[in-house]
Amino acid sequence: MKNILLATKRLALSESGFVFDPVSGQSFSVNDTGLVILRLAQHQDDIEQLTEQLLEQFDASSVEIKRDVQDFIHRLQGFLK
Amino acid sequence: MSITVAVTGMNARADNPGPGLAIARCLKESATSTRVVGLGYEALDPALYHRGFVDRGYLLPYPSHGEDALLARIIELHEREKFEVLIPCLDAEMQSFARLAPTLLGMGIRTFVPNSHQLALRSKDRLPELAKEIGVASPKTQAIYQANFFHNCKTEDWQYPLMVKGLFYDAKMAYNADEAVAAFHRIAGEWGVPVLAQSWIGGEEINLAGVGDGEGGLAGAVMMKKRALTDKGKGWAGISIHDEELLAAAHRFCAVTKWRGGLELEMLRDTQGGLHLIEINPRFPAWIYLSAGVGCNLPELLVRLALGQKLLPTAPTPAGVLFIRYAEEAIVSLADFENITVWGETLRTEGAFA
Repeated sequence: MKNILLATKRLALSESGFVFDPVSGQSFSVNDTGLVILRLAQHQDDIEQLTEQLLEQFDASSVEIKRDVQDFIHRLQGFLK
Repeated sequence: MSITVAVTGMNARADNPGPGLAIARCLKESATSTRVVGLGYEALDPALYHRGFVDRGYLLPYPSHGEDALLARIIELHEREKFEVLIPCLDAEMQSFARLAPTLLGMGIRTFVPNSHQLALRSKDRLPELAKEIGVASPKTQAIYQANFFHNCKTEDWQYPLMVKGLFYDAKMAYNADEAVAAFHRIAGEWGVPVLAQSWIGGEEINLAGVGDGEGGLAGAVMMKKRALTDKGKGWAGISIHDEELLAAAHRFCAVTKWRGGLELEMLRDTQGGLHLIEINPRFPAWIYLSAGVGCNLPELLVRLALGQKLLPTAPTPAGVLFIRYAEEAIVSLADFENITVWGETLRTEGAFA
């Protein structure tokens, strides 16, 4: 999980949600929520702190956000080999 | 200042092109005004007629005619065209040009090619040794002379699927012994034996094209991930990447071999992130125009090295630049086709894109 958070720092993110990984050459699209998570993840190494920052922006419980973030990062793994 | 550069590999076939046309295109975009002479083997090699990038096309004798015939033809063409540099770019002709390089230099034709020893070091059947020396993994590889191997190989710790490869060209993934035997006979029929068996590793292929300076350095490099493949598994679209580990492997390869000339490293990143060396091609790949596209024109660098010019270190190339290949038809006059068929050279003025 930590490795994936680290890998998000190298990603090129665009306003449209288009994401490019300069190391793997993979590109993919994320929705607005995914873009918010990726932007925060680029400045964050700790999933707990990432969750706290998201809590300030989204009307959801800490448990829900943490689960969604973990699911999102797990999906990212497939793109950031 | 203007120079003349001869380039081989004019077989710009849509699904599996030789690199010559892309090299010619790079040279036409270099800082030095360059006249490109295309050297092909077949009257239907399309790049011979592409006047936008190839100023004049000539045919060479087939490699089976031997090096004396090749040299005699080059002497004849050099008397007419006075080329300063010659860039061979087909695997099957590299050994011949490596051996002829000193003779060609004596005539004033500079090549910037690896020598025979360097070529042998990266031969597909010696890949695991070389991979070990440059500190990367590589799939198990074995030279095969008899098709029976594929029926018995499971007892020797081989598993299907595996790759069946020609020593110079061609590769086929085989899921069972029958497929492997069929691939063996097809490849052996076209390219001879040995045919290579290589264990299959799942993952993403990444490639690096570069130029070794002959003194242990890597003069320039461009990295690419294929994004679309032809039926033959050749890149139809790709995107530039920046992978420090791949780049470091290329630096080590040049340091270990003192590689001189163009090269392509084909590596595979497995699902655990490990890097495996699949193949090293001793020449530029067909996707070499991407190097000009990202601002690091590798054929231009090679010509400058061949001419003995000192190079400044190249800047890292940007990631995220795509190439997408397309096919187009060359329109060739009967007179031009007749001329190359009968006399082995294109007309001076006509051509598909004159």
